[in-house]
Amino acid sequence: MLRIDDLHVRVAGKEILKGLTLRVNADEVHAIMGPNGAGKSTLGNVLAGREGYEVVQGSIEYGGRDLLALEPEERAAEGVFLAFQYPVEIPGVNNTYFLRAALNAQRRHRGEPELDSMQFLKRVREKLAVLHLKDELLHRAVNEGFSGGEKKRNEIFQMALLEPRLAILDETDSGLDIDALKMVADGVNAMRSPERAFIVITHYQRLLDYIVPDFVHVLADGRIVESGDATLAHKLEEHGYAWIAERHVPGGVAAGAAR
Amino acid sequence: MTVLLESLLGREALGAALAPSQPAWLAEARQAAAAALAREGLPRAGTEAWKYTSLRALEQRGFAAGDPGASSRAVDAASFALPGIDGPRLVFVNGTWRDDFSRVECERGLSLATLATAHEDQLEPWRAALAREYRGAEAAFARLNTALAVDGPLVRVAPGARIAAPLHLVFVGAQAERDIVWHARTLVELGDGASLQVIEHHVGAGASGAAGLGNLVLQCRLGRGARLDLVQVQTAAADASLIRRSEHALADDAILTTHALEAGAQLNRHDFEVVLAGRGARVVSRGVFALRGRQHTDVHMDVRHDARDTASDVLWRGVADQRARGVFHGAITVAAGADGADANLSSKNLLLSPHAEIDTQPVLEIHADEVRAAHGATVGQLDERALFYLRSRGLSADAARNLLITAFCGAALADLPVHGLREPLDAALAARLPRIGEAA
Repeated sequence: MLRIDDLHVRVAGKEILKGLTLRVNADEVHAIMGPNGAGKSTLGNVLAGREGYEVVQGSIEYGGRDLLALEPEERAAEGVFLAFQYPVEIPGVNNTYFLRAALNAQRRHRGEPELDSMQFLKRVREKLAVLHLKDELLHRAVNEGFSGGEKKRNEIFQMALLEPRLAILDETDSGLDIDALKMVADGVNAMRSPERAFIVITHYQRLLDYIVPDFVHVLADGRIVESGDATLAHKLEEHGYAWIAERHVPGGVAAGAAR
Repeated sequence: MTVLLESLLGREALGAALAPSQPAWLAEARQAAAAALAREGLPRAGTEAWKYTSLRALEQRGFAAGDPGASSRAVDAASFALPGIDGPRLVFVNGTWRDDFSRVECERGLSLATLATAHEDQLEPWRAALAREYRGAEAAFARLNTALAVDGPLVRVAPGARIAAPLHLVFVGAQAERDIVWHARTLVELGDGASLQVIEHHVGAGASGAAGLGNLVLQCRLGRGARLDLVQVQTAAADASLIRRSEHALADDAILTTHALEAGAQLNRHDFEVVLAGRGARVVSRGVFALRGRQHTDVHMDVRHDARDTASDVLWRGVADQRARGVFHGAITVAAGADGADANLSSKNLLLSPHAEIDTQPVLEIHADEVRAAHGATVGQLDERALFYLRSRGLSADAARNLLITAFCGAALADLPVHGLREPLDAALAARLPRIGEAA
């Protein structure tokens, strides 16, 4: 589904991703872990098409197409979804109105019939029930005055409603208490399917107790330096990121060899 | 006199305005205003209150005084129809009252007349307003209106009368054979405890070309405990010029709410004066200008707290695209002794193009001690983070932009006291936004 090859990305003139390569197939959950500043969020943003992320080398192929040639809204319609680390507050824009406009824009793009408000509301109610969310969120402006947890849950709710093929969760677990974390994980697990893939970006292993990944990758200094199965996350939890740094940063390797 | 002033204040126009059928005091007021105008002239480059609005574009036009065909000009009534608003309506075409489009039947307690048809004894109560003396070149157009306006609505609500149906005042700028200047004077008086809703509606008719210059003055007097809800919808023709002055004087405990949409006209100047003369008087002013092309809108608010425990709450939004220019000047003055005054002013603005410009200037002048005053003014651009967030969910760049702009302006149109107006106002606003799919 997704092939990232030797991706180099510059942000504000500074190279953040330095040769990232990753394969993601449908029906897989990939966790991307790594220390702060490793480039985790850059990966999410570049996949979703945010401006200001300059791809200087490498390629991203999604469903056989050049993802980098698509506008953010085209990527969305093609099934790419980014759950934001910091969801944006948009005063004056009603959550329900926004979601219906977004869903119908995607459906138009795909040549599917638009949903009228009754059909849309029916779908909303189904998703709300699965996520144990209150209706009240729907009547408020997008993320305005939401608590940190409510914002993250709203992201998962949007994901459930838009039914993407490739969902990228950017530190959705940060700032969540254990109940909210479980709810987010339930939402993701309920959506796992043979047609869908997830990239779960996280700093901590905790979320991965609830969303068990098929693959865990460690991102350090702009590259994936280690890949493994779910047990890798536990190793990281035990040894910390310094352990990875010692094994992979050129200086660290040299120092180890000299000893 | 400059060529422009001569064209605006022609000998013939003044002669017509001085027709012998009017009270002597009115003819004197007209002559005095014309003399003051001839003496002090129009706003110049150095006139502070007009520093962002040049009259140069008007100088290149030669105006004929009034429209002799105004009383029979064809006008499309659909251009000012508002769904659900079917109460009394007075329609003026190029400043002349049109019986054929108006509905004068109204509730008990409301009386409607027009300046041109009023008898001497009907005019007497309006003497102070009609004969108001204006100061300085900055008030040149109000003087011009005093000298030359011979028609306009006269609206009176009897003390204690609460009028349910909104009054629809329509001003149509219709294309004439020549480039014309026209005037209208609106007078509104609410007796003690009276209440009224007014929709002041400016529209354009005709194709394009000589769209004319409309010069309007509105004067409202609110008695003790009276309440006026005024909605000003300005969707004049794209090539029209409008210069308006709205004046409001509030007695004790009177309440004025105003909501303004400034969306039309090429050149649009709106001076907005509120005098909180009585203890406990309150004003809420909401407004939005949405401009594109080479539109120029200049809004000057002047709120004066002259009495104790008065309150003003001013919230305006401005949006300018392409090469448009917007100006918002918000002055609040709290007079000595007006303790307990509460003044709030917010002006937020969005620039949608690198060639657009908005100047906003809050000016607070406080001469009393116990006063609460807050103001904020910003000029910014669309939030890139919000745009990306919306696009990442599937909205096109244009749709995301329009959604954000509409939401931004919506803050000024929320809480409209006149029911059923939100939709037509939103539609008028949407018509100003870049259309989805329109080539950039």
